[in-house]
Amino acid sequence: MRAIYILCLRQLKRYVRSPARIIGSLGQPILFLVALGFGFRSMFARAGGGNYLNFLAPGIISMAILFNAVFSGIEIIWDRQFGFLKETLVAPVSRLEIVFGRTLGGAIVAMAQGTVVFVICLIAGFRIESALLLPVAIVFMFLIALLFTSIGTAVGSVLQDMQGFPLIMNFLVMPLFFFSGALFPATGLPKALQIALRLNPLTYGVDGLRGALSNTFAFSMATDFIVLSILTAILLAVGSYFFSKIQL
Amino acid sequence: MGEMIVVQDLVKNYGDFCAVNHISFTVPEGKIFGFLGPNGAGKTTTIKMLTTVLDPTSGSIRVNGHDPTREQKQVRRSFGIVFQDPSLDDELTAQENMDLHGILYGVPHAERKKRIDMLVDFVGLADRKKDFVKHFSGGMKRRLEVARALLHKPRILFLDEPTIGLDPQTRNHIWSYIQQLSKEESVTVFFTTHYMDEADRVANDVAVIDHGKIVAQGAPGELKEKTKSATLEDAFIALTGHAIREEEATSADRMRMMGRVWRGAGRR
Repeated sequence: MRAIYILCLRQLKRYVRSPARIIGSLGQPILFLVALGFGFRSMFARAGGGNYLNFLAPGIISMAILFNAVFSGIEIIWDRQFGFLKETLVAPVSRLEIVFGRTLGGAIVAMAQGTVVFVICLIAGFRIESALLLPVAIVFMFLIALLFTSIGTAVGSVLQDMQGFPLIMNFLVMPLFFFSGALFPATGLPKALQIALRLNPLTYGVDGLRGALSNTFAFSMATDFIVLSILTAILLAVGSYFFSKIQL
Repeated sequence: MGEMIVVQDLVKNYGDFCAVNHISFTVPEGKIFGFLGPNGAGKTTTIKMLTTVLDPTSGSIRVNGHDPTREQKQVRRSFGIVFQDPSLDDELTAQENMDLHGILYGVPHAERKKRIDMLVDFVGLADRKKDFVKHFSGGMKRRLEVARALLHKPRILFLDEPTIGLDPQTRNHIWSYIQQLSKEESVTVFFTTHYMDEADRVANDVAVIDHGKIVAQGAPGELKEKTKSATLEDAFIALTGHAIREEEATSADRMRMMGRVWRGAGRR
Protein backbone atom coordinates (compact mmCIF):
# COMPACT_ATOMS: atom_id res chain seq x y z
CA MET A 1 0.00 0.00 0.00
CA ARG A 2 2.74 2.44 0.99
CA ALA A 3 4.41 1.98 -2.40
CA ILE A 4 1.17 2.68 -4.26
CA TYR A 5 0.66 5.80 -2.19
CA ILE A 6 4.13 7.27 -2.59
CA LEU A 7 4.45 6.52 -6.32
CA CYS A 8 1.01 7.99 -6.93
CA LEU A 9 1.99 11.07 -4.94
CA ARG A 10 5.15 11.39 -7.00
CA GLN A 11 3.15 11.56 -10.26
CA LEU A 12 0.92 14.26 -8.80
CA LYS A 13 3.87 16.34 -7.59
CA ARG A 14 5.51 16.13 -10.97
CA TYR A 15 2.27 17.23 -12.64
CA VAL A 16 1.61 20.18 -10.36
CA ARG A 17 5.22 21.32 -10.71
CA SER A 18 5.30 21.50 -14.48
CA PRO A 19 2.98 24.27 -15.63
CA ALA A 20 4.58 23.96 -19.07
CA ARG A 21 3.10 20.49 -19.39
CA ILE A 22 -0.30 21.56 -18.07
CA ILE A 23 -0.57 24.48 -20.47
CA GLY A 24 1.18 22.70 -23.35
CA SER A 25 -1.25 19.81 -23.43
CA LEU A 26 -4.25 22.16 -23.37
CA GLY A 27 -3.34 23.47 -26.83
CA GLN A 28 -4.74 20.64 -28.88
CA PRO A 29 -8.12 20.30 -27.10
CA ILE A 30 -8.70 24.06 -27.25
CA LEU A 31 -7.87 24.08 -30.94
CA PHE A 32 -10.39 21.30 -31.64
CA LEU A 33 -12.99 22.88 -29.41
CA VAL A 34 -12.78 26.30 -31.03
CA ALA A 35 -12.19 25.30 -34.66
CA LEU A 36 -14.72 22.49 -34.81
CA GLY A 37 -17.11 23.64 -32.11
CA PHE A 38 -17.74 26.99 -33.69
CA GLY A 39 -16.90 26.01 -37.26
CA PHE A 40 -19.49 23.25 -37.53
CA ARG A 41 -22.06 24.75 -35.19
CA SER A 42 -24.51 26.13 -37.74
CA MET A 43 -24.13 23.17 -40.07
CA PHE A 44 -24.84 20.74 -37.20
CA ALA A 45 -27.88 22.71 -36.10
CA ARG A 46 -29.23 22.89 -39.67
CA ALA A 47 -28.88 19.11 -39.97
CA GLY A 48 -31.09 18.80 -36.91
CA GLY A 49 -28.31 17.69 -34.53
CA GLY A 50 -28.95 20.42 -32.01
CA ASN A 51 -26.21 22.35 -30.21
CA TYR A 52 -22.88 21.08 -31.57
CA LEU A 53 -20.86 22.54 -28.70
CA ASN A 54 -22.86 20.52 -26.20
CA PHE A 55 -22.29 17.46 -28.38
CA LEU A 56 -18.57 18.10 -28.90
CA ALA A 57 -17.47 19.16 -25.39
CA PRO A 58 -17.63 15.66 -23.81
CA GLY A 59 -15.61 14.39 -26.78
CA ILE A 60 -12.95 17.05 -26.27
CA ILE A 61 -12.78 16.31 -22.53
CA SER A 62 -12.32 12.62 -23.39
CA MET A 63 -9.60 13.58 -25.84
CA ALA A 64 -7.66 15.51 -23.22
CA ILE A 65 -7.92 12.56 -20.84
CA LEU A 66 -6.91 10.09 -23.57
CA PHE A 67 -3.78 12.00 -24.55
CA ASN A 68 -2.63 12.70 -21.01
CA ALA A 69 -3.36 9.15 -19.86
CA VAL A 70 -1.34 7.55 -22.64
CA PHE A 71 1.53 9.96 -21.99
CA SER A 72 1.47 9.29 -18.27
CA GLY A 73 1.76 5.59 -18.97
CA ILE A 74 4.53 6.07 -21.49
CA GLU A 75 6.51 8.07 -18.91
CA ILE A 76 7.92 4.67 -17.90
CA ILE A 77 10.24 5.01 -20.88
CA TRP A 78 11.61 8.27 -19.50
CA ASP A 79 12.01 6.82 -16.05
CA ARG A 80 13.85 3.90 -17.56
CA GLN A 81 16.19 6.15 -19.52
CA PHE A 82 16.77 8.65 -16.73
CA GLY A 83 17.33 5.84 -14.27
CA PHE A 84 14.60 6.33 -11.71
CA LEU A 85 12.84 3.12 -12.72
CA LYS A 86 15.80 1.10 -11.36
CA GLU A 87 15.36 2.64 -7.93
CA THR A 88 11.78 1.35 -7.76
CA LEU A 89 12.55 -2.05 -9.29
CA VAL A 90 15.16 -2.98 -6.66
CA ALA A 91 12.95 -1.86 -3.76
CA PRO A 92 11.37 -4.61 -1.62
CA VAL A 93 7.87 -4.07 -3.00
CA SER A 94 6.05 -6.10 -5.62
CA ARG A 95 5.96 -5.00 -9.23
CA LEU A 96 2.19 -5.04 -8.92
CA GLU A 97 2.28 -2.30 -6.27
CA ILE A 98 4.66 -0.23 -8.38
CA VAL A 99 2.57 -0.51 -11.51
CA PHE A 100 -0.69 0.21 -9.63
CA GLY A 101 0.81 3.28 -7.98
CA ARG A 102 2.13 4.60 -11.27
CA THR A 103 -1.07 3.86 -13.17
CA LEU A 104 -3.31 5.35 -10.52
CA GLY A 105 -1.15 8.48 -10.32
CA GLY A 106 -1.16 8.80 -14.11
CA ALA A 107 -4.92 8.37 -14.21
CA ILE A 108 -5.48 11.09 -11.60
CA VAL A 109 -3.21 13.43 -13.53
CA ALA A 110 -5.12 12.72 -16.76
CA MET A 111 -8.40 13.35 -14.94
CA ALA A 112 -7.14 16.63 -13.56
CA GLN A 113 -6.23 17.68 -17.06
CA GLY A 114 -9.68 16.59 -18.26
CA THR A 115 -11.24 18.73 -15.54
CA VAL A 116 -9.27 21.76 -16.70
CA VAL A 117 -10.57 21.19 -20.23
CA PHE A 118 -14.09 20.78 -18.82
CA VAL A 119 -13.84 24.22 -17.24
CA ILE A 120 -12.57 25.68 -20.52
CA CYS A 121 -15.55 24.13 -22.30
CA LEU A 122 -17.88 25.80 -19.80
CA ILE A 123 -16.20 29.12 -20.49
CA ALA A 124 -16.62 28.53 -24.25
CA GLY A 125 -20.37 28.17 -23.75
CA PHE A 126 -20.89 24.48 -23.00
CA ARG A 127 -23.89 23.86 -20.71
CA ILE A 128 -24.46 20.60 -18.84
CA GLU A 129 -27.91 19.02 -18.66
CA SER A 130 -28.04 18.25 -14.97
CA ALA A 131 -25.62 18.84 -12.09
CA LEU A 132 -27.01 15.69 -10.45
CA LEU A 133 -25.25 13.57 -13.05
CA LEU A 134 -21.82 15.13 -12.41
CA PRO A 135 -20.72 12.25 -10.14
CA VAL A 136 -21.55 9.86 -13.01
CA ALA A 137 -19.46 12.01 -15.34
CA ILE A 138 -16.56 11.82 -12.88
CA VAL A 139 -16.82 8.02 -12.81
CA PHE A 140 -16.63 7.90 -16.59
CA MET A 141 -13.71 10.32 -16.67
CA PHE A 142 -11.87 8.15 -14.18
CA LEU A 143 -12.54 4.95 -16.14
CA ILE A 144 -11.31 6.56 -19.37
CA ALA A 145 -8.20 7.80 -17.56
CA LEU A 146 -7.43 4.45 -15.94
CA LEU A 147 -8.03 2.48 -19.12
CA PHE A 148 -5.71 4.55 -21.27
CA THR A 149 -3.02 4.95 -18.63
CA SER A 150 -2.98 1.15 -18.54
CA ILE A 151 -2.50 1.05 -22.31
CA GLY A 152 0.30 3.60 -21.96
CA THR A 153 1.86 1.46 -19.22
CA ALA A 154 1.78 -1.62 -21.44
CA VAL A 155 3.32 0.28 -24.35
CA GLY A 156 5.91 2.01 -22.15
CA SER A 157 6.96 -1.33 -20.65
CA VAL A 158 7.59 -2.87 -24.04
CA LEU A 159 9.29 0.04 -25.83
CA GLN A 160 12.97 0.58 -25.05
CA ASP A 161 13.18 4.23 -26.06
CA MET A 162 11.20 7.08 -27.55
CA GLN A 163 11.98 6.11 -31.16
CA GLY A 164 8.62 4.42 -31.46
CA PHE A 165 6.77 7.42 -30.14
CA PRO A 166 5.42 8.87 -33.43
CA LEU A 167 4.19 5.36 -34.23
CA ILE A 168 2.14 5.29 -31.03
CA MET A 169 0.86 8.79 -31.66
CA ASN A 170 -0.22 8.28 -35.28
CA PHE A 171 -1.30 4.65 -35.24
CA LEU A 172 -2.79 4.33 -31.76
CA VAL A 173 -3.74 7.58 -30.07
CA MET A 174 -4.99 9.57 -33.05
CA PRO A 175 -7.14 6.74 -34.53
CA LEU A 176 -8.55 6.03 -31.07
CA PHE A 177 -9.62 9.65 -30.86
CA PHE A 178 -10.97 10.09 -34.40
CA PHE A 179 -12.91 6.81 -34.43
CA SER A 180 -14.59 7.24 -31.08
CA GLY A 181 -17.62 9.34 -31.83
CA ALA A 182 -15.96 12.27 -30.09
CA LEU A 183 -16.45 14.51 -33.12
CA PHE A 184 -19.50 13.02 -34.84
CA PRO A 185 -22.51 10.89 -33.78
CA ALA A 186 -21.94 7.14 -33.79
CA THR A 187 -25.05 6.54 -35.86
CA GLY A 188 -25.71 6.42 -39.60
CA LEU A 189 -22.09 5.62 -40.44
CA PRO A 190 -20.70 3.32 -43.17
CA LYS A 191 -20.48 -0.29 -41.97
CA ALA A 192 -16.66 -0.39 -41.64
CA LEU A 193 -16.56 2.78 -39.60
CA GLN A 194 -19.41 1.52 -37.47
CA ILE A 195 -17.41 -1.60 -36.61
CA ALA A 196 -14.27 0.43 -35.86
CA LEU A 197 -16.25 2.60 -33.45
CA ARG A 198 -17.80 -0.44 -31.77
CA LEU A 199 -14.34 -1.95 -31.18
CA ASN A 200 -12.84 1.25 -29.77
CA PRO A 201 -12.96 1.44 -25.95
CA LEU A 202 -12.99 5.24 -26.09
CA THR A 203 -16.36 5.13 -27.91
CA TYR A 204 -17.98 3.85 -24.72
CA GLY A 205 -16.15 6.41 -22.59
CA VAL A 206 -17.21 9.29 -24.82
CA ASP A 207 -20.77 7.99 -24.97
CA GLY A 208 -21.01 7.57 -21.21
CA LEU A 209 -19.55 11.00 -20.56
CA ARG A 210 -21.78 12.59 -23.17
CA GLY A 211 -24.77 10.87 -21.62
CA ALA A 212 -23.91 12.16 -18.19
CA LEU A 213 -23.17 15.71 -19.31
CA SER A 214 -25.45 16.30 -22.30
CA ASN A 215 -28.01 13.50 -21.91
CA THR A 216 -27.55 12.00 -25.40
CA PHE A 217 -26.63 8.32 -25.65
CA ALA A 218 -25.77 6.16 -28.63
CA PHE A 219 -25.82 3.10 -26.36
CA SER A 220 -26.99 3.29 -22.74
CA MET A 221 -25.33 4.27 -19.50
CA ALA A 222 -25.33 0.66 -18.26
CA THR A 223 -23.78 -0.66 -21.49
CA ASP A 224 -21.11 2.05 -21.45
CA PHE A 225 -20.29 1.47 -17.82
CA ILE A 226 -20.10 -2.32 -18.04
CA VAL A 227 -18.05 -2.42 -21.25
CA LEU A 228 -15.67 0.26 -19.99
CA SER A 229 -15.20 -1.38 -16.58
CA ILE A 230 -14.46 -4.79 -18.06
CA LEU A 231 -12.02 -3.36 -20.60
CA THR A 232 -10.31 -1.28 -17.91
CA ALA A 233 -9.83 -4.36 -15.73
CA ILE A 234 -8.42 -6.35 -18.66
CA LEU A 235 -6.05 -3.59 -19.79
CA LEU A 236 -4.88 -2.93 -16.24
CA ALA A 237 -3.97 -6.61 -16.05
CA VAL A 238 -2.22 -6.45 -19.43
CA GLY A 239 -0.26 -3.33 -18.43
CA SER A 240 0.75 -4.94 -15.13
CA TYR A 241 1.83 -8.09 -16.93
CA PHE A 242 4.12 -6.26 -19.33
CA PHE A 243 5.49 -4.11 -16.52
CA SER A 244 6.29 -7.21 -14.46
CA LYS A 245 8.34 -8.55 -17.38
CA ILE A 246 10.67 -5.54 -17.56
CA GLN A 247 14.33 -6.47 -17.22
CA LEU A 248 17.04 -3.87 -17.01
CA MET B 1 31.12 -15.32 9.96
CA GLY B 2 28.93 -16.41 7.03
CA GLU B 3 29.19 -15.95 3.31
CA MET B 4 27.13 -12.95 2.25
CA ILE B 5 27.32 -13.45 -1.50
CA VAL B 6 27.85 -16.86 -3.10
CA VAL B 7 27.97 -17.10 -6.88
CA GLN B 8 28.43 -20.45 -8.61
CA ASP B 9 28.92 -21.06 -12.30
CA LEU B 10 26.93 -17.97 -13.26
CA VAL B 11 26.17 -17.43 -16.96
CA LYS B 12 24.32 -14.69 -18.84
CA ASN B 13 23.85 -14.88 -22.59
CA TYR B 14 22.28 -12.23 -24.79
CA GLY B 15 21.53 -14.23 -27.94
CA ASP B 16 24.90 -15.45 -29.17
CA PHE B 17 26.83 -13.01 -27.01
CA CYS B 18 28.04 -14.33 -23.68
CA ALA B 19 28.21 -11.38 -21.26
CA VAL B 20 29.03 -13.44 -18.18
CA ASN B 21 30.74 -16.77 -18.71
CA HIS B 22 30.74 -19.33 -15.87
CA ILE B 23 31.95 -17.15 -13.02
CA SER B 24 32.14 -18.19 -9.35
CA PHE B 25 33.14 -16.23 -6.28
CA THR B 26 32.16 -15.70 -2.64
CA VAL B 27 32.14 -12.61 -0.46
CA PRO B 28 32.31 -13.16 3.33
CA GLU B 29 30.21 -11.00 5.62
CA GLY B 30 31.75 -7.67 6.53
CA LYS B 31 34.34 -7.74 3.76
CA ILE B 32 34.92 -5.20 1.02
CA PHE B 33 35.05 -6.88 -2.36
CA GLY B 34 36.27 -5.10 -5.49
CA PHE B 35 35.00 -6.34 -8.83
CA LEU B 36 37.39 -5.02 -11.45
CA GLY B 37 37.43 -5.23 -15.21
CA PRO B 38 37.69 -3.19 -18.40
CA ASN B 39 34.61 -1.63 -20.00
CA GLY B 40 32.13 -4.21 -21.22
CA ALA B 41 33.71 -7.05 -19.20
CA GLY B 42 30.44 -8.04 -17.52
CA LYS B 43 30.61 -6.15 -14.22
CA THR B 44 27.30 -4.35 -14.44
CA THR B 45 25.54 -7.41 -15.87
CA THR B 46 26.72 -9.38 -12.82
CA ILE B 47 25.49 -6.67 -10.43
CA LYS B 48 22.10 -6.67 -12.17
CA MET B 49 21.78 -10.39 -11.61
CA LEU B 50 22.85 -10.13 -7.97
CA THR B 51 20.30 -7.37 -7.38
CA THR B 52 17.24 -9.18 -8.84
CA VAL B 53 16.69 -7.01 -11.93
CA LEU B 54 18.08 -9.48 -14.46
CA ASP B 55 17.55 -13.24 -14.63
CA PRO B 56 20.67 -15.35 -15.17
CA THR B 57 20.84 -17.81 -18.06
CA SER B 58 22.22 -20.46 -15.69
CA GLY B 59 24.15 -20.88 -12.46
CA SER B 60 23.24 -20.14 -8.88
CA ILE B 61 23.37 -17.02 -6.69
CA ARG B 62 22.86 -16.58 -2.94
CA VAL B 63 22.63 -13.08 -1.53
CA ASN B 64 22.29 -13.00 2.25
CA GLY B 65 21.24 -16.65 1.97
CA HIS B 66 18.46 -15.98 -0.54
CA ASP B 67 18.02 -16.66 -4.24
CA PRO B 68 17.54 -13.39 -6.21
CA THR B 69 15.39 -15.11 -8.85
CA ARG B 70 12.90 -16.57 -6.37
CA GLU B 71 13.14 -14.74 -3.02
CA GLN B 72 13.31 -11.25 -4.45
CA LYS B 73 11.86 -9.41 -1.48
CA GLN B 74 14.28 -10.90 1.04
CA VAL B 75 17.21 -10.17 -1.26
CA ARG B 76 16.05 -6.62 -1.99
CA ARG B 77 15.61 -5.85 1.68
CA SER B 78 19.20 -6.87 2.40
CA PHE B 79 21.02 -4.58 0.01
CA GLY B 80 21.43 -0.93 -0.86
CA ILE B 81 22.77 0.06 -4.26
CA VAL B 82 24.42 2.96 -6.03
CA PHE B 83 23.95 2.39 -9.74
CA GLN B 84 26.46 3.27 -12.40
CA ASP B 85 24.01 5.70 -14.01
CA PRO B 86 22.01 8.27 -12.07
CA SER B 87 18.75 6.96 -10.61
CA LEU B 88 17.29 9.96 -8.79
CA ASP B 89 14.07 11.72 -9.71
CA ASP B 90 15.27 15.12 -10.94
CA GLU B 91 11.86 16.71 -10.48
CA LEU B 92 11.84 15.99 -6.75
CA THR B 93 13.91 17.58 -4.00
CA ALA B 94 16.75 15.77 -2.24
CA GLN B 95 14.55 15.32 0.83
CA GLU B 96 11.69 13.93 -1.29
CA ASN B 97 13.99 11.47 -3.03
CA MET B 98 15.19 10.23 0.36
CA ASP B 99 11.65 10.08 1.73
CA LEU B 100 10.41 8.13 -1.27
CA HIS B 101 13.18 5.59 -0.75
CA GLY B 102 12.46 5.32 2.96
CA ILE B 103 8.76 4.75 2.35
CA LEU B 104 9.41 2.15 -0.36
CA TYR B 105 11.67 0.29 2.08
CA GLY B 106 9.20 0.61 4.95
CA VAL B 107 11.44 2.65 7.26
CA PRO B 108 9.16 3.98 10.07
CA HIS B 109 8.49 7.71 10.02
CA ALA B 110 10.49 8.83 13.07
CA GLU B 111 13.51 6.74 12.20
CA ARG B 112 13.31 7.82 8.59
CA LYS B 113 13.43 11.46 9.55
CA LYS B 114 16.38 10.92 11.87
CA ARG B 115 18.40 8.86 9.42
CA ILE B 116 17.71 11.21 6.49
CA ASP B 117 18.99 14.16 8.52
CA MET B 118 22.04 12.21 9.61
CA LEU B 119 22.90 10.86 6.15
CA VAL B 120 22.24 14.06 4.23
CA ASP B 121 24.47 15.84 6.69
CA PHE B 122 27.13 13.16 6.31
CA VAL B 123 27.35 13.63 2.53
CA GLY B 124 27.45 17.40 3.01
CA LEU B 125 24.05 18.20 1.53
CA ALA B 126 22.24 19.31 4.69
CA ASP B 127 21.72 22.86 3.42
CA ARG B 128 20.53 21.64 0.00
CA LYS B 129 17.88 19.26 1.30
CA LYS B 130 14.96 21.29 -0.02
CA ASP B 131 16.50 21.89 -3.44
CA PHE B 132 15.44 20.11 -6.61
CA VAL B 133 17.85 17.41 -7.69
CA LYS B 134 17.83 18.81 -11.25
CA HIS B 135 19.89 21.73 -9.94
CA PHE B 136 22.55 19.44 -8.44
CA SER B 137 25.97 18.81 -9.97
CA GLY B 138 26.99 15.26 -10.88
CA GLY B 139 29.03 14.92 -7.71
CA MET B 140 26.18 16.10 -5.50
CA LYS B 141 23.81 13.60 -7.11
CA ARG B 142 26.32 10.83 -6.49
CA ARG B 143 26.63 11.79 -2.82
CA LEU B 144 22.86 11.85 -2.45
CA GLU B 145 22.67 8.40 -4.01
CA VAL B 146 25.20 7.05 -1.54
CA ALA B 147 23.19 8.53 1.33
CA ARG B 148 20.00 7.05 -0.09
CA ALA B 149 21.50 3.57 -0.47
CA LEU B 150 22.36 3.57 3.24
CA LEU B 151 18.97 4.82 4.46
CA HIS B 152 17.37 1.46 5.19
CA LYS B 153 20.48 0.02 6.93
CA PRO B 154 21.35 -2.60 4.31
CA ARG B 155 23.49 -5.66 5.15
CA ILE B 156 25.14 -5.44 1.74
CA LEU B 157 26.08 -2.37 -0.23
CA PHE B 158 26.46 -2.60 -4.02
CA LEU B 159 28.43 0.25 -5.51
CA ASP B 160 28.75 0.32 -9.30
CA GLU B 161 31.53 2.84 -9.99
CA PRO B 162 30.37 5.01 -7.10
CA THR B 163 33.17 7.55 -7.15
CA ILE B 164 33.03 8.62 -10.80
CA GLY B 165 33.04 12.38 -11.07
CA LEU B 166 33.85 12.96 -7.41
CA ASP B 167 36.76 15.05 -6.18
CA PRO B 168 39.46 13.36 -4.07
CA GLN B 169 38.08 14.90 -0.86
CA THR B 170 34.63 13.43 -1.37
CA ARG B 171 36.05 10.10 -2.52
CA ASN B 172 38.15 9.80 0.62
CA HIS B 173 35.28 10.90 2.79
CA ILE B 174 32.88 8.35 1.34
CA TRP B 175 35.38 5.49 1.36
CA SER B 176 36.42 6.09 4.94
CA TYR B 177 32.76 6.03 5.99
CA ILE B 178 32.17 2.82 4.05
CA GLN B 179 35.26 1.22 5.62
CA GLN B 180 33.96 2.23 9.00
CA LEU B 181 30.53 0.73 8.25
CA SER B 182 32.14 -2.49 7.16
CA LYS B 183 34.29 -2.65 10.28
CA GLU B 184 31.79 -1.55 12.92
CA GLU B 185 28.51 -2.84 11.56
CA SER B 186 29.85 -5.68 9.38
CA VAL B 187 28.22 -4.29 6.28
CA THR B 188 29.42 -6.23 3.25
CA VAL B 189 30.51 -4.08 0.33
CA PHE B 190 30.59 -5.15 -3.32
CA PHE B 191 31.96 -2.47 -5.61
CA THR B 192 33.29 -1.88 -9.11
CA THR B 193 35.70 0.87 -10.04
CA HIS B 194 38.21 1.92 -12.67
CA TYR B 195 40.40 3.59 -10.05
CA MET B 196 42.89 0.85 -9.18
CA ASP B 197 44.53 2.85 -6.38
CA GLU B 198 41.10 3.03 -4.74
CA ALA B 199 40.57 -0.73 -5.05
CA ASP B 200 44.07 -1.38 -3.71
CA ARG B 201 43.44 0.79 -0.68
CA VAL B 202 39.97 -0.30 0.41
CA ALA B 203 39.30 -3.81 -0.92
CA ASN B 204 39.99 -6.89 1.19
CA ASP B 205 39.63 -9.01 -1.91
CA VAL B 206 39.30 -8.33 -5.60
CA ALA B 207 38.27 -10.32 -8.64
CA VAL B 208 39.33 -9.31 -12.13
CA ILE B 209 36.81 -10.06 -14.85
CA ASP B 210 37.52 -9.82 -18.57
CA HIS B 211 35.33 -10.90 -21.52
CA GLY B 212 32.84 -12.34 -19.04
CA LYS B 213 35.39 -14.57 -17.29
CA ILE B 214 37.15 -14.12 -13.97
CA VAL B 215 40.87 -14.11 -14.80
CA ALA B 216 42.25 -13.58 -11.30
CA GLN B 217 41.00 -13.46 -7.72
CA GLY B 218 42.55 -12.70 -4.35
CA ALA B 219 43.80 -9.95 -2.07
CA PRO B 220 45.29 -6.97 -3.97
CA GLY B 221 48.71 -7.92 -2.56
CA GLU B 222 48.45 -11.45 -3.91
CA LEU B 223 47.57 -10.21 -7.37
CA LYS B 224 50.51 -7.83 -7.40
CA GLU B 225 52.79 -10.63 -6.26
CA LYS B 226 51.46 -13.07 -8.83
CA THR B 227 51.97 -10.67 -11.72
CA LYS B 228 55.19 -9.25 -10.25
CA SER B 229 53.74 -5.75 -10.48
CA ALA B 230 54.40 -2.73 -8.29
CA THR B 231 50.84 -1.44 -8.32
CA LEU B 232 47.40 -2.95 -8.75
CA GLU B 233 47.03 -0.94 -11.94
CA ASP B 234 50.08 -2.68 -13.45
CA ALA B 235 48.72 -6.02 -12.26
CA PHE B 236 45.37 -5.19 -13.88
CA ILE B 237 47.02 -4.33 -17.20
CA ALA B 238 49.16 -7.48 -17.01
CA LEU B 239 46.00 -9.55 -16.52
CA THR B 240 43.72 -7.89 -19.05
CA GLY B 241 46.12 -6.59 -21.72
CA HIS B 242 46.56 -3.20 -23.33
CA ALA B 243 43.77 -3.30 -25.88
CA ILE B 244 41.17 -0.57 -25.50
CA ARG B 245 37.63 -1.94 -25.29
CA GLU B 246 34.71 -0.83 -27.32
CA GLU B 247 31.61 -0.57 -25.24
CA GLU B 248 28.34 -0.36 -27.03
CA ALA B 249 26.70 2.99 -26.39
CA THR B 250 23.22 2.89 -24.97
CA SER B 251 20.54 5.17 -26.26
CA ALA B 252 20.48 6.92 -22.89
CA ASP B 253 22.53 9.88 -24.06
CA ARG B 254 20.40 10.41 -27.11
CA MET B 255 17.34 10.27 -24.86
CA ARG B 256 18.74 12.86 -22.47
CA MET B 257 19.24 15.18 -25.42
CA MET B 258 15.70 14.56 -26.59
CA GLY B 259 14.47 15.02 -23.05
CA ARG B 260 15.77 18.54 -22.98
CA VAL B 261 14.12 19.38 -26.26
CA TRP B 262 10.84 17.87 -25.15
CA ARG B 263 10.84 19.53 -21.79
CA GLY B 264 11.13 22.83 -23.62
CA ALA B 265 8.10 21.91 -25.71
CA GLY B 266 6.13 21.37 -22.56
CA ARG B 267 5.20 17.71 -22.83
CA ARG B 268 7.19 14.80 -21.51
